[in-house]
Amino acid sequence: MSSSPHSNVFEVFRKEKRGSAFEHAGSVVAPDADFAETWAREQYGRRGESVALWLVPRDAIRDVEDWADEFGLKYRRVDGYSIKARLKEARERAGTAGPG
Amino acid sequence: MSEQALLGLADDELVLGWRDSEWTGIAPLLEEDVAFSSIAQNEIGHARAVYELLAGADGDADALAFDRKPEEYRCAPLVELHLLEWAHTIARRWLYEVADEIRITALKDDSDSAVAGLAAKIDREEAYHRMHAEMWHDRLRDEPRFRKAVEELWPYAVGMLPEELRPELAVRTGLDLPSNTVLQGRQRGSHTEELAPLWEEMTMVRRSAPAGAQW
Repeated sequence: MSSSPHSNVFEVFRKEKRGSAFEHAGSVVAPDADFAETWAREQYGRRGESVALWLVPRDAIRDVEDWADEFGLKYRRVDGYSIKARLKEARERAGTAGPG
Repeated sequence: MSEQALLGLADDELVLGWRDSEWTGIAPLLEEDVAFSSIAQNEIGHARAVYELLAGADGDADALAFDRKPEEYRCAPLVELHLLEWAHTIARRWLYEVADEIRITALKDDSDSAVAGLAAKIDREEAYHRMHAEMWHDRLRDEPRFRKAVEELWPYAVGMLPEELRPELAVRTGLDLPSNTVLQGRQRGSHTEELAPLWEEMTMVRRSAPAGAQW
């Protein structure tokens, strides 16, 4: 077993039904991929809640969690650009009523 | 297959399911606790299916499962043993699955199509039990504690099977066993002292409820 503190953690992704995307379901702690599969089958599949699983060693995952926003480029974010006031103005110009 | 032999299968699955359920909450690893409990529950489900088949459409599977006296059970002594020790528990699980596969494979060719069909259905779920058992066996096979447990349990394991199927168990387990007594087992129908206390507990609710109570 390697020295990484997470070398025995497998992240589990499950697909609920055919055609849907895999979503993160949780994780299992297991000494190897065979144990991980057996345990994940029971924990994430025995109630028929999954049609498929992905097991990914946590060490294979690259973490990305630092973000720079030094210049406050707020308009790039969905919550940084308010469309409500502009929409109201536009409606008034066009003479149409808004929804409700 | 005879009714007695089918009853033996059902009793094995019920009693082993019961025994393995004793690990729920105290298995050595959380993940294994969930898996082991789930497998135990599956075994009880298999037992129910066989009792239902034996009881017939108008019969009472619960009566078959719970209303017999301990000495009337047809389970093998292997499944009765009270083994709250992980090496022995896993050794039993592995030996049981190897022996059960031999039995179920034979049953899939049974002349009674209802029996053969049920055996095939059970076998599809047992495939995952075997995967679980083999995984533990692969990991522990060279551990002295596990080997010792397997050797101790061998006479019980071989006693699960009728004599004609016993050599196959020796082959499939690949064990290096002393040859002269290898196929002599603890006979089905004889019981250990550990069955009676298990039966007391297993049938307690059933015996305390008035006849015909609905759950």
